[in-house]
Amino acid sequence: MTRELLTGWGRTAPTAADVVHPMSVDELAAGLERPPERGVAARGLGRSYGDPAQNAGGRVLDTTGARGLIDLDLNRGVVTAAAGTSLHALMRWLVPLGWFVPVTPGTRYVTVGGAIANDIHGKNHHGAGSWCNHLLAMTMATPAGGKITVTPQSDPDLFWATAGGVGLTGLVLDATFQLRRIETSRLVIDTDRTRDLDEVMALMTEGDDRYEYSVAWIDLMARGASVGRSILDRGRFAHVDELSAKQQRDPLAYHAAAILPMPFVAPPKLLNPLTVRAFNEVWYRRAPRRRRGHVATIPAFFHPLDAIHDWNRGYGPAGFLQWQCVVPIGAEETMRHIVEAFSASATTSLVNVLKRFGPGNEGMLSFPQPGWTLSVDLSADAPGLARLLDRLDDEVLAAGGRLYLAKDSRMRPSTMAAGYARLDEWRAVRRRVDPDGILQHDLGRRLGLV
Amino acid sequence: MRDALGAVQSVLVLGGGSEIALTTVRKLVGDRCRTVVLAARRPDELAGTVAELQAAGATDVDTVAFDALDPASHEKIIDGIFEAHGDIDVVLLAFGVLGDQKEFDADPASAAQAIAANFGGAVSAGLAVAHNLRKQGHGTLVVLSSVAGERVRKDNFVYGSSKAGLDGFAQGLGDSLVGSGARVMVVRPGFVHTKMTEGMDAAPFSTTPDVVADAIVEGLHKRRDVVWAPSQLRYVFSALRHLPRPVWRKVSDR
Ligand SMILES: Cc1cc2nc3c(=O)[nH]c(=O)nc-3n(C[C@H](O)[C@H](O)[C@H](O)COP(=O)(O)OP(=O)(O)OC[C@H]3O[C@@H](n4cnc5c(N)ncnc54)[C@H](O)[C@@H]3O)c2cc1C
Ligand SMILES: NC(=O)c1ccc[n+]([C@@H]2O[C@H](COP(=O)([O-])OP(=O)(O)OC[C@H]3O[C@@H](n4cnc5c(N)ncnc54)[C@H](OP(=O)(O)O)[C@@H]3O)[C@@H](O)[C@H]2O)c1
Repeated sequence: MTRELLTGWGRTAPTAADVVHPMSVDELAAGLERPPERGVAARGLGRSYGDPAQNAGGRVLDTTGARGLIDLDLNRGVVTAAAGTSLHALMRWLVPLGWFVPVTPGTRYVTVGGAIANDIHGKNHHGAGSWCNHLLAMTMATPAGGKITVTPQSDPDLFWATAGGVGLTGLVLDATFQLRRIETSRLVIDTDRTRDLDEVMALMTEGDDRYEYSVAWIDLMARGASVGRSILDRGRFAHVDELSAKQQRDPLAYHAAAILPMPFVAPPKLLNPLTVRAFNEVWYRRAPRRRRGHVATIPAFFHPLDAIHDWNRGYGPAGFLQWQCVVPIGAEETMRHIVEAFSASATTSLVNVLKRFGPGNEGMLSFPQPGWTLSVDLSADAPGLARLLDRLDDEVLAAGGRLYLAKDSRMRPSTMAAGYARLDEWRAVRRRVDPDGILQHDLGRRLGLV
Repeated sequence: MRDALGAVQSVLVLGGGSEIALTTVRKLVGDRCRTVVLAARRPDELAGTVAELQAAGATDVDTVAFDALDPASHEKIIDGIFEAHGDIDVVLLAFGVLGDQKEFDADPASAAQAIAANFGGAVSAGLAVAHNLRKQGHGTLVVLSSVAGERVRKDNFVYGSSKAGLDGFAQGLGDSLVGSGARVMVVRPGFVHTKMTEGMDAAPFSTTPDVVADAIVEGLHKRRDVVWAPSQLRYVFSALRHLPRPVWRKVSDR
């Protein structure tokens, strides 16, 4: 156990905790024993942008040593994995066997525990829902109940309080979930480059149902008539006969590695307004106006950023943050206004994604709800950023939307409460399973959840 | 907790009546700060301020009796505040007396008393705060130093030397806290128009509590170790610091 400074992926608000590194699921469960005064938090791969995986002055359990497959049914595609297993590892093991994770975020470096705690979503949300829609059971350790198996049938309250419950309802030790069958490790992708926001939203509204995966990359540095211009990528897994003869020899081939490490101490502000504007311009121009049936690999389609190791250092010492909202279908005007506000502001944003969500699930603090979700990368030292985001938060709330906890590092507690209508229900479950408030973290303190 | 953009949720002021500190607190409350604890010699006199901060949105406002000249009491008082109010994101160490060099010359004991408040009291209080921040694993101690300590001048060398001592202490404390999650930010204002300087002739680069408070808020956002207010003083003093003594005596003669 050592005292370490921890931040989230955005590298913004470091705090110190005693970090322990359990090497098995049992050691992980033991992490709740003899809790220190300032409590215990789990930390997966630290890919949340803000502060949910840090616990100032308390204990942090690094879950990544509790990893590996516990059970695998290759006929049904049902797997049980230790909570610290990364989606990266799962893909390496399972893709060659013809199975894919049910949901993948924009990075494969997240753990199964982190996937549950934020009930993560991917490009298939409109059809498949989020991670916990595919979660069949988990083994948990709660302060009040010890080690228990939780399914949607055995304890629906605890199950759905844990789905998106940012780790505050108990430690997830392992999880059993349904995989998705694949014939090949390639995707067939259709790309449309759109002039503006209206065009991309219209295309998604009209055509997303025909695709399993859909997401738009939106250029928030574009101004004037081009505000909201986007590249819409939509696709599905390929069948064997859609691959080239060479690819058909090993249709499930899977290679994924980080290729370009960021310099350890990145030049201050590698990503500044100039470089980001240039990047966006190139990214947009490079995309074809309209292309059909392009074949791409899993990493190229799902995890383009993972090709650059530690890219989060590119924003320099001030760090950065993400802001991700969802507004209901029908609130297109609000979304347009938000996109315009970012485009008009002095903020620098490299990776901005627009997606149309399908129905949400029973997760009490689960983020997705039917509507439009936009996520924006922002340098933390952009002038006027705090005020801009506070204003946009209010617009999101007024439209009946909310913000994503996995990305949050600055919203007001009242914004959280107003966006998550089932917060009180969630609090009641937390009181039952953790009456003494042993599970703690910085985000929980900041938003008044603990 | 401090957020990614430097907004804080709780603040403790040691020297709770300080104009610079209260101007800063108002700005913090205007953002996300909800807990304010004012520790002052005569807490009763702060009733109006308490009401004002509550009206501005602070939900937990408290006053506590605190005398910089009673170092033996500091640990207990400060521990008690952390105990009662939970996490404190920022502590403003703002108490101080300016005094009058001529009076200090005439009454050496009163000079030692000023040093005891400005420096001695800051040491005992600063260490007690650091202990709590370390335990909490986060938080910033903001120390109101002064350019007067950056290069001490003859017409207020008692005050100046107390700030020189304080500044050195604060830097050393900050270095000792690296890795603990807690930090120290040293603030070096120039001449500020407050009740402390009322009736005095303003020095060059004189400024207002509002400018100093903005610099403190920005320093919190940017996680600065040192803040100058106004910011040009950093460059002015990097030159003044190296002037030969005879030249300094002339330049600083007012
Ligand atoms: C480049 C990038 C792209 C992303 N794209 C997406 C996306 O498309 N969709 C999306 O939904 N998210 C996305 N995210 C966010 C990411 O998926 C989530 O933040 C995810 O939760 C990170 O998992 P982690 O293992 O790193 O968890 P951490 O960030 O380490 O922890 C997150 C939370 O999980 C809790 N936790 C972790 N393990 C356990 C456990 N075993 N038991 C109980 N609680 C636990 C922690 O306490 C914490 O509250 C992206 C992040 C990045 C950096
Ligand atoms: N004003 C300037 O030009 C200037 C310039 C550089 C640095 N500073 C420093 O900035 C800080 C704040 O100053 P300010 O301008 O805001 O002046 P201020 O309004 O006079 O504040 C100073 C505060 O210190 C308090 N204090 C004095 N002795 C104390 C003691 N023994 N115990 C507890 N509290 C005591 C005073 O309390 P009472 O109300 O009870 O008297 C007063 O509230 C001081 O440290 C000062 O040295 C000021």
